[in-house]
Amino acid sequence: MAAIKSGKASASSIVNNFLNQGKRPYFLASVYLALGTLLVYFNPLNMASFFFLLSSAFVIYKLQMHGGFKLAITAVALLIIVPIIGIRNIFYLEVIFQISVFAALALGLNVVVGFAGLLDLGYVAFYAVGAYLWAFFGSQQMFLLAEIPGTAPSGTPFFLPADMFYLFAFLGIVVAALTGILLGLPVLRLRGDYLAVVTLGFGEVIRVLANNLDKPLNITNGPQGITPIQRPTLPEGLLNSLRVLMDPLVGRDVSQGEFYNLFFYLLALLVIIFVIIVVRRLDDSKIGRALTAIREDETAAVSMGIPLTRMKLTAFAVGASFAGIMGVMFAANRTFVSPESFSFMQSIGVLTMVILGGIGSIPGVILGAAVVIILNLQVLQGLSLYLSQLRQSEAVIPIIDFAWKNLSTQLDPAKYQRMLFGIILILMMIYRPAGLIPAARRKRELSTRSKDKKKPITPSSTAAEADHGAA
Amino acid sequence: MIAVPIRRFYQNPSIRELIRPLGQIISFSAASSVVLSLLILLVALVLRGTAVNEYALSHYQVDILTLTLKNLPQVLIDGITLGFVYAAIALGYTMVYGVLEFINFAHSEIFAIGAFVGVEVLIAMNNAGVFTGISLWAAYGFLIIAILVGMVAAGGTAVLMEIVAYRPLRGAPRLVPLISAIGVSFFLQDLIRLVESLTTGQFHRIFPTFGNFDKRLLISNFDIAGTTLELNIQFKSIIVIIAAVVMLMLLNYIVNATKIGTAIRAVAQDRASASLMGININLCVVVTFLIGGALGGAAGVLYALKFTRIDPFVGFFPGLKAFTAAVLGGIGNLTGALLGGLVLGLLETFAGSYLYIFTMGAAGAEYKDILAFAILIIVLIFRPSGLLGEQVGQKA
Repeated sequence: MAAIKSGKASASSIVNNFLNQGKRPYFLASVYLALGTLLVYFNPLNMASFFFLLSSAFVIYKLQMHGGFKLAITAVALLIIVPIIGIRNIFYLEVIFQISVFAALALGLNVVVGFAGLLDLGYVAFYAVGAYLWAFFGSQQMFLLAEIPGTAPSGTPFFLPADMFYLFAFLGIVVAALTGILLGLPVLRLRGDYLAVVTLGFGEVIRVLANNLDKPLNITNGPQGITPIQRPTLPEGLLNSLRVLMDPLVGRDVSQGEFYNLFFYLLALLVIIFVIIVVRRLDDSKIGRALTAIREDETAAVSMGIPLTRMKLTAFAVGASFAGIMGVMFAANRTFVSPESFSFMQSIGVLTMVILGGIGSIPGVILGAAVVIILNLQVLQGLSLYLSQLRQSEAVIPIIDFAWKNLSTQLDPAKYQRMLFGIILILMMIYRPAGLIPAARRKRELSTRSKDKKKPITPSSTAAEADHGAA
Repeated sequence: MIAVPIRRFYQNPSIRELIRPLGQIISFSAASSVVLSLLILLVALVLRGTAVNEYALSHYQVDILTLTLKNLPQVLIDGITLGFVYAAIALGYTMVYGVLEFINFAHSEIFAIGAFVGVEVLIAMNNAGVFTGISLWAAYGFLIIAILVGMVAAGGTAVLMEIVAYRPLRGAPRLVPLISAIGVSFFLQDLIRLVESLTTGQFHRIFPTFGNFDKRLLISNFDIAGTTLELNIQFKSIIVIIAAVVMLMLLNYIVNATKIGTAIRAVAQDRASASLMGININLCVVVTFLIGGALGGAAGVLYALKFTRIDPFVGFFPGLKAFTAAVLGGIGNLTGALLGGLVLGLLETFAGSYLYIFTMGAAGAEYKDILAFAILIIVLIFRPSGLLGEQVGQKA
């Protein structure tokens, strides 16, 4: 058993050494990215080439290169390649936008679950708080308080100018953080599993409130949701100069809607960079170490003088604030919010991303978000399309003699996200609780601080031991 | 003279363990009904001098106290019926928690599986024409068969779940099996949906109508404040209550008066020591899941009988409420689960029928779902050990 394991590790280290020799990684990363870009540019509808391009992010992450070069090549990919590719096929931009939104949510949940070890099953509630904050103030809802839902008189003005969006993005952070503290104060002294159920309950409370606060005062417009919600204005001059730049690259006229997609993508990128910086600084700060101590052993942490409640509240507030700002962005991007978007399933979806990627690991969580979103938006929907094609064909399953066209139309894989989440959660918990990219701190804890810095740390050896230290 | 044979009769452990829960059930139902009724009447009395009274007068033509009093008996009956359903589910949570100290999140799906299997059996019988012109006895017989099949299916699923998803995680940190349980819960929800949509093309199922379950039994007529009040109970509510009581008695008997029950209690108290005494831990855990799952499955069929319509997500809210009930009564405590279920069922029914009137139409029955969470949070803050929590040693 041990022999097989070490054999595996050495094989992977041989590959690592081979790939990371001299200038090789720089060349490899550039070629990979360029190849992916060309593939997608010339086959905008081909899913495989899109995956190839996305996988280049992982390649860049894994290869050992100078930090500056990594940063530069990532910036080129995110700021030049993605916008062009994304506008050529707007669906890709949507996928990448969703990945960024959910990566930010997952990073926020990661602070709560990964750093502090508090299982929050109602995380999406904070997202809802942010979304409804802008939905209420950024729409006509303020003037419809006395109306019955669905009877908005035409010509109702908007309550606030559209550019207040930026202010509300910050307010979203504050309000969500406050909500986190308000929820946290009573419940944070509960033990892990109780906390999980109470936060779940809190998530449902927020959803039920969103569903029912259309009377006596019509605040949320009930199950119909609030629409239209304003988007910040794009300055005309900037648009025109961007058009001159983009039109030849994309190969056709770019519409304003597409620019809005681009705008929200860049905004999400900005937020996520901010989130990553905050989370990274937090992880290595005094607070981060205190949270780790709490996660590992509460009693010991208290006896070391760590203020338990304050630290837990900090984790809750930080996690909630990321969800808050993303909620504001979500409301503006969709111009529509309804209680359906904030169901328990969404909370579990975010949790699945965290678990899949690696609890407490920043790159892991981003990878988890990307994988889950792609599985959701591309693979499941692709399967749905494939099945509906089969249904229209004359094909028959040979052995059991079942004609595809008799297949129930209720079977729509795109709607089976729960099954996807469930399978991922069970398999990860049983086989790899530390996630696909285990957190660096876990590695550090278990390996004597790597004396030889050049030698890559192979996750396979430490992950097995780190495994059950996960939650 | 006659007291001695009675005492001897009662001291027989088998008989005592059958009778004791019956006493508990009756006293708990009565006590929680009385206490909550008094509370609600107190609230009505307080509200009598406020605008709520005018609202009641203008909308219902009676003052608020009479209105409350008029609805009360029916609300109590409905509440107790619902309470027994919750209690039956809560027992599954509390048993697993007692033995393994983890929240079996997927118990709500065990409940849903029981409901679906039971209803599918009955639908199949209905389609086969079994129900045309059958006698009342046969109708009840078929219902019992459906409940039993639902119990077997749910218990089997629970055991399978334990072996596949929980056993490999024994000994891991607390949150690991919990997350796995959430995964199982989601997986099962969609599995039910998948199976139903592949085989029947739809996933909402309706409990077939047969027998006299929908008819109402008139208990008596009251005269309150000049109006005659008809107090009646649906036959299906009677069935739910009787079935739940029988199950509770059986469960109490198994846990307290049989060898395997003693073993389960030993495992719940101290797994390592129990193992040293030669108790097969895995067997005990499997039996716990089997019993808890079977109870959940039966509760599922009863729920379908009571509320007629089921879908794959039917377990979510009852499951959460039953968990709340288990915590309310003191998790790990069988008697507590019963009490918690009854109290929660009553409170929820009270909220469902009085909230609308007391808030003058501003907040209605739609908030009764979050009432359970409010109770959960309040209980966890002020009395985390639950109503009957101090008897920790008795958990099983």
